[in-house]
Amino acid sequence: MRSAWIVILAAALAACSSTPDDEQAPAGVEERQPGADARPGAQTQPVTPGGVARVDIGAGAAGAAALKDPNNILSKRSIFYEFDKFDVRDEYKALIEAHARYLRDNPRAKMLIQGNTDERGSREYNVALGQRRSEGVRRMLVLLGAKDDQIEAVSLGEEKPRAQGQDESAWSQNRRSDMLYSGEY
Amino acid sequence: MRFLAVLFAVLAFCAPAQAQLSIEITAPGVQRIPIAIVPFAGEGALAPGITPIVRADLERSGLFRTLEVPPLSPAPTEASQVNYAEWRSRLADAVVLGSVAARPDGRFEVRFKLFDTVKGVDLSGVAFTLSRQQIRTTAHRIADFVYEKLTGEKGVFSTRIAYVVKRGPKFELQIADADGAGEETALASFEPIISPTWSPDGRRLAYVSFENKKPVVYVHSLVDGKRQVAANFKGSNSAPAWAPDGSKLAVALSRDGGSQLYLINPDGSNVRRLTQSSGIDTEPVFSPDGQSIYFTSDRGGSPQIYRMPAGGGEAQRVTFEGSYNVSPRISANGKSLAYVSRNGGKFQVSVLDLATRQVQVLTDSDKDESPSFAPNGRMILLATVIGGRGVLSAVSADGRIKQRLSMSAGDVREPAWGPFIQ
Repeated sequence: MRSAWIVILAAALAACSSTPDDEQAPAGVEERQPGADARPGAQTQPVTPGGVARVDIGAGAAGAAALKDPNNILSKRSIFYEFDKFDVRDEYKALIEAHARYLRDNPRAKMLIQGNTDERGSREYNVALGQRRSEGVRRMLVLLGAKDDQIEAVSLGEEKPRAQGQDESAWSQNRRSDMLYSGEY
Repeated sequence: MRFLAVLFAVLAFCAPAQAQLSIEITAPGVQRIPIAIVPFAGEGALAPGITPIVRADLERSGLFRTLEVPPLSPAPTEASQVNYAEWRSRLADAVVLGSVAARPDGRFEVRFKLFDTVKGVDLSGVAFTLSRQQIRTTAHRIADFVYEKLTGEKGVFSTRIAYVVKRGPKFELQIADADGAGEETALASFEPIISPTWSPDGRRLAYVSFENKKPVVYVHSLVDGKRQVAANFKGSNSAPAWAPDGSKLAVALSRDGGSQLYLINPDGSNVRRLTQSSGIDTEPVFSPDGQSIYFTSDRGGSPQIYRMPAGGGEAQRVTFEGSYNVSPRISANGKSLAYVSRNGGKFQVSVLDLATRQVQVLTDSDKDESPSFAPNGRMILLATVIGGRGVLSAVSADGRIKQRLSMSAGDVREPAWGPFIQ
């Protein structure tokens, strides 16, 4: 099992560093933002908080409950990283395997993975770094049996820090990927 | 939800005036032109007056020293006979004289003239017709005229800046005059807004908003507040940059995996991939001639700045010193590259002369972000952190003149200096 994990880790990292395949058809501009409507004549442009796309969870009732059960590993959603790193450490192996299994067993379940960084450096570069983190998790989940179209990997860069401090204890909380299911974001 | 949005719009509209940015010169220029700006005859009718704003503009540029002028009787006007020797004895190299007259239609006429007392010549002037609402605009145009006549380069006092203010949980994208006055909120949100960038005609902003729990690129028309999604593909959409003709945006998209560069039309159509690297490519910016794109990439192992043809193709590395060089911006003449470099743990704005390859670190702060050239290339606006709070500061491209723009409450970040007003 340990060697299988290493193979998956290696495959996911290799995938990260190879030219991405083009088999994902261009997604087109998704229509999922209520705030994007034109509002002629408005001097200021308010944004409605929220704006969550309606998605059918479709998971079995028992499965969905497991996501919230604090005694179930599926209730754990965060993966933390070392400075400037995006590789998933061994300690998160069981967590990623559990979520991959859940996604495989609940093919209509959808997941959003949000990658985050600490506050140091360029905001835009940090968006790209956070994306590399979330994308790494996405690729592992797919290698472990989740379907491509079940998961979207995105980045919040340094913009949504969980911890507010300006030291390593805060930064280590903020270098993170979060796995969220429909209705949780 | 609709009610909340309306309430929010009203609150945003009533934003208190004391939130204005104030500008403090922290290092003036060395050789400043001494200039006397004599209060215009009759300007008392146009409170707060024209000349105090002209004086503040020129002082703030760091290139002028305005002289105290005792009340003169009779008050001279642009039509007065100028005694050059007397102004020279007052140590003024230049003098501005003018007058304000009420018109029968309720508007006003301002006339002024600039005189070079050293050469003893009349450098001409302009007449403006204005309403009371146009006092500041008119004063900035007068300051631009004086600045251009005496320095040989265009003034930027009539230009505008965009920036993001964070107050508590709220983010506001604001637009203000280059002196920080007259700020207006273009967008208010409870989710982050980053990377505002002006369209070349100054009428639209492209930016990244996280209102959908992920980065999405919008194009926002400032006059009517209409917003359009420019890029909302699977994954992250960020780092918009306008082509100099306004016809295209370069953006960083992760729809094919990692962050890569693409060209799109501002309405989101006609997506073309520009880079094919295995690493991170982001922060594109067009050269002023539209022929090249500068961008940040870690393809060589650490984030560095590269240049490639605007249609894609082979990229050449541009920065070599240090292990972290990001956020490239090009001056309007295409000769200087400003960027953020990490120097021993400090993030500082540096400028690279593209011809001589000379690098100069411009600031002594340590958390600099988002440099932005004034359209005349003289100053660079940037975000930094002082006393734990986000502030804007400006530094001349030669590092000599420094200004700080601070706000009484809230964090200010993500500045972008707008283009010359057409």
